[in-house]
Amino acid sequence: MNAPPTPTLALRGVSKHFGSVEALQEVDLEVRDGEVMALVGDNGAGKSTLIKCVAGIYSIDGGEILFQGKPVAIHGPKDAAKLGIEVVYQDLALCDNLDVVQNMYLGREEHDALFRLKESAMEQKTAETLASLSVTTISSVRQPVATLSGGQRQSVAVARAVMWNNRVVFLDEPTAALGVAQTRQVLALVKRLAEQGLAVVYVSHNLVDIFEVANRITVLRLGRNVGVYEKDKTTQQEIVRAITAGAAAPEEVEAVT
Amino acid sequence: MSSAAPVEVAAAGEDTSLGAILRARWEALRAGEVGSLPVIFGLIAITIFFTSKVGIFFSAVNFSNLIQQMAGVTVIAIGVVFVLLIGEIDLSIGYVSGVAGVVVAELQMPGSSHDYPGLVAIFVALGVGAAIGAFQGSFIAFLGVPSFVVTLAGLLAWQGVILKALGSQGVIGIQDHQINDIANYVLTKNWGWAIAIIFTVGYAAAVFGTILSRRRAGLRSGNIILSVARVAFYGALAFAAVAVCNHSRGVPLVGLIVLFLVVLGAYVAGRTTFGRHVYAVGGNAEAAHRAGINVKLIKILVFSISGAMAAMGGIIFASRLNSVDLTAGGSTILLDAISAAVIGGVSLFGGRGRVSGALFGGLIIGMIANGIDLVGYTDAVKFITTGVILLAAVTLDTVARRRQAASGR
Repeated sequence: MNAPPTPTLALRGVSKHFGSVEALQEVDLEVRDGEVMALVGDNGAGKSTLIKCVAGIYSIDGGEILFQGKPVAIHGPKDAAKLGIEVVYQDLALCDNLDVVQNMYLGREEHDALFRLKESAMEQKTAETLASLSVTTISSVRQPVATLSGGQRQSVAVARAVMWNNRVVFLDEPTAALGVAQTRQVLALVKRLAEQGLAVVYVSHNLVDIFEVANRITVLRLGRNVGVYEKDKTTQQEIVRAITAGAAAPEEVEAVT
Repeated sequence: MSSAAPVEVAAAGEDTSLGAILRARWEALRAGEVGSLPVIFGLIAITIFFTSKVGIFFSAVNFSNLIQQMAGVTVIAIGVVFVLLIGEIDLSIGYVSGVAGVVVAELQMPGSSHDYPGLVAIFVALGVGAAIGAFQGSFIAFLGVPSFVVTLAGLLAWQGVILKALGSQGVIGIQDHQINDIANYVLTKNWGWAIAIIFTVGYAAAVFGTILSRRRAGLRSGNIILSVARVAFYGALAFAAVAVCNHSRGVPLVGLIVLFLVVLGAYVAGRTTFGRHVYAVGGNAEAAHRAGINVKLIKILVFSISGAMAAMGGIIFASRLNSVDLTAGGSTILLDAISAAVIGGVSLFGGRGRVSGALFGGLIIGMIANGIDLVGYTDAVKFITTGVILLAAVTLDTVARRRQAASGR
């Protein structure tokens, strides 16, 4: 693969601690346009912490975040959204009492000068976005999210992430709670995101899923980088070893400090 | 987790014939979405019961009285709806309404150094109510103290403030006309008709404006016959209410104030970004926060709405009595207002319900109190009846939620 010069999003030596607990120690991560970068690691490896740092939920204690090569400061969810970084959380962060349109526009409602909601415009755009991602299982965009199945809810959460012309989308365990058919749907959706030119970071435990959608794989262990692997040049066994034992492999692209 | 059969986005739900809509309604009903049905049946049952006991219950004079009696609680219940929508509770509203009554009475006191025009006193009292709400709300939003405890403290403290302010004399008379007109002024008959016309035209404009905007965006706009029927129904209701009022004295100004505040509240909750964020905070505060909504600000604003509405209710009570005394804000005001919101279909679990529920709930509470007084039953009967109805309403809400969960909704 001829690597493009600048990653869309790059974390360099990012650290985060909670009191005396070092959740992240000088972690590196990068992802490019049109690429699916898998982020794997055992429980407590720091995956969720890393996501929350990028999303602006936590502030980082060390290192830097580069967006298209330029250092950026992310102090809150709005900063991340402004850069075009979107996170789809494991628990989806949907409001069950609101309908699909209302969830898609949550916190970013279109309104006029009097703060009146532009319902028609929002509904139209929602239907278009779902159609562009070939999400055909949702019968009405005006039904409450509480009435949707797990796969449909996941589709709404992912569609929300791409509707805003985002550049980078983080997906946290998107298939963890899904059945076989619904997992298929979501994996197809993830591939479509990358085909549309987005940079996708895909966090998962499921190596089968990862080897299906990812281009490269970053392994974290106990808050540190183990390495970055090209999917085509590695095996599931090697990744498992890296996750559990932290063994550095010969294909390693970036060494741990 | 129900896995619905795949349906095309565009093709689905295009059936907007009356039959299909009724079938969909019936399905929703079976799944536990009872909507406004219990309230409608309740209103009919209460009317039949009390009319059979005392004929005067179903008369023009009593209808006009009922509007004046229910106004205060209904206005306070509007604030309660907002608080319940974010999944919190405000127990201080009763005595906050009392504080507002005292403020209004103090600021119009003739012959004192603070003898201000009635409208000035009213706006100051509303401001005091909003400030109290914001003060209590900031403990809830910033420090995370449970709203139950913060507002329980408020309940005690503001009662103390009322006792302290009224002192040994224990009562302040209100002679200011502007204040007394709030609850007691009756509109001329022509003004009554004008309001019925304005209401109907405004409602029609809102309904057909929505349809037009959806058509323009190429979206399904529902069944046009049903929309026309809805406008005709509410228009007829408005004209009927005015006709009945005009048959006795005319439309009470306070009825118009209640209607205005309900419409304003419904607009804010249903059509603005702020309202959408209120529902989001009640549905999933964490999701709202992650979506960039300022959850703390929303909470504080909601509690100050609650305070301001309580103040408006207190002003109406003071105006109706032409005075405030040591009982201001006490009695069953707090429980009546919360009951009104809950009976009106607002969920105690947050995120579900409409502002118009305050009006329907207030109507039910008001009719029961009015009917029981007319029949001559004691307060004991009134309390027991209201308690039973409140329990029924909350049970209905809880069972509805369980059925929705069971049917995958």
